[in-house]
Amino acid sequence: MRISPKFTQAAAVAILGGATFVTLAILVFIVVFVLVKGLPVVNLDFLLKNPEEMGRAGGIFPCIVGTIVLTLVAIALALPLGVGTAIYLSEYSVENRFTRIIRFGTDCLAGIPSIIFGLFGFIFFVTTLKMGWGILPGALSLAIMVLPTIIRTSEEAMKAVPQSYREVSCSLGATRWATVLKVVLPNALPGIMTGVMLSVGRSIEETAVVIFTAGQVLQLPTSMFDSVRTMAVHFYILVREGISNENAYGTAAVLIISVLLVNTLSYWMMNRYIARRTK
Amino acid sequence: MKQIGDKIVKLGLMAIAVSAIGSLLLIALFIFKEGVPFMARLGLDDFLASSDWRPEKGHYGIFPMIVASLWVTFGAMLIGAPLGIAGAVFLSEFVPNSVMRVVKPTIELLVGIPSVVYGFIGVIVLAPWIRLHLGGAGLSMLTASVILGIMILPTVMSISIDAFTSVPNSYRDGALALGATRWQATHMVVLKAARSGIVAGTILGMGRAVGETMAVIMVSGNAVKTPHSALDSVRTLTANIALEMGYATGMHREALFATGVVLFIVIMILNAIAITAMKKRFAKK
Repeated sequence: MRISPKFTQAAAVAILGGATFVTLAILVFIVVFVLVKGLPVVNLDFLLKNPEEMGRAGGIFPCIVGTIVLTLVAIALALPLGVGTAIYLSEYSVENRFTRIIRFGTDCLAGIPSIIFGLFGFIFFVTTLKMGWGILPGALSLAIMVLPTIIRTSEEAMKAVPQSYREVSCSLGATRWATVLKVVLPNALPGIMTGVMLSVGRSIEETAVVIFTAGQVLQLPTSMFDSVRTMAVHFYILVREGISNENAYGTAAVLIISVLLVNTLSYWMMNRYIARRTK
Repeated sequence: MKQIGDKIVKLGLMAIAVSAIGSLLLIALFIFKEGVPFMARLGLDDFLASSDWRPEKGHYGIFPMIVASLWVTFGAMLIGAPLGIAGAVFLSEFVPNSVMRVVKPTIELLVGIPSVVYGFIGVIVLAPWIRLHLGGAGLSMLTASVILGIMILPTVMSISIDAFTSVPNSYRDGALALGATRWQATHMVVLKAARSGIVAGTILGMGRAVGETMAVIMVSGNAVKTPHSALDSVRTLTANIALEMGYATGMHREALFATGVVLFIVIMILNAIAITAMKKRFAKK
């Protein structure tokens, strides 16, 4: 017996639609659940006060500072390397074995799980180079982790700059480097910023890398070699050691809101950029 | 003069461009340097095939962790892949573009939910539910699979949607003009054309599931024993590294790096498959 196509069509819509609904419902539930439980805990005191009794009471101020400092240093380290690589790939080379190897390396690096970056950062920066747990080794490890994201988005952004722009610049007597600096980079900037914001998001939410390279000391850092505890690590410790579910909810809410804000910003920039490009 | 300046710039950029592959090699070098000599000393058999993990006695068998990692990942794929792909099919083939324009960004935002938050939801919501309705301690292989399955959903979905979007509309129009229903056009034509992209998305999701650490530690119970049921407490390869790295020294630490080597190799194989699948897709265009 042949099943009527009308029936399979209706069944497919029902099943696929159901699966989609379930998926979205679960994901939205997670965000709403954390925000509903966490936001009542969050107030100015929570954001600006030091934690007391290991985080059982008080706020998360040092964790917010730690997260921001660590992320900024990581981006500052990764940005020149990532954009430089992208400039080379897009402006200074033709497809050959060398660029293929670079691209393959970038793709592989992108797939490495964070615990491996954590292990590497620990054995290389913390132990072999004797930096100890601190902001610098943490930021270096995070920088390697986000490097592929920055390379890829920057290269895409540069490739999207029309060839005619470069030709005009060169015909006016500009060197290739001047063309890159004055024509390609300014036009690719929004695309590069998208990559940066995505990297910021990943650095904020990262736990496994940070805990093994930046440590977990609850303090306001005064030097690049001071250990810090980021919000994600603080949240993990609060839950794992059963210190305080209430403050864990609060930290998670702040964490989720920061990541969603950063991601929304990068999405918005990307869209504006695409809109401008297609005009 | 100008030419020389440009040459110098080019050389400088070339040097920078090796940073990614250089980091990759450095990572491999240091993980392998710590782990491989240990494996050679202990013997692969006593390391990979033994179920005896008692570092204080000099026993370093990671077989239970390998089994746990495989099962947890398999379970996660069982949940994440069908739901994610079904969602992608529905959103890209059966829903008006205007809806898609709202839902796609939402899904991409959700990729950014920190993994520790997923773990937390597992501890607070899922584990008690499983303990109450299915038995066991709650923190189990099943809990870990479900949480990881949910965690990889946005990844699988968003890459699959991209794969569907890149199938030319003329394919669909052709099938519809021949009298096919939407579903027939989808599963006979579009799914086939988008296959390599879907494979890539699924494997990248799998990579995330194998590599996830903190969320798994929170929900899997972490007992070192070969699991016999989905409700057993298990410890994955990643969890083993993260749980003991804090205090391990000497042989014990080398054993953890050797665990890292196993993980590294598994991930590299998955990566290679995903990259080849992606390449095929671009080559076809």
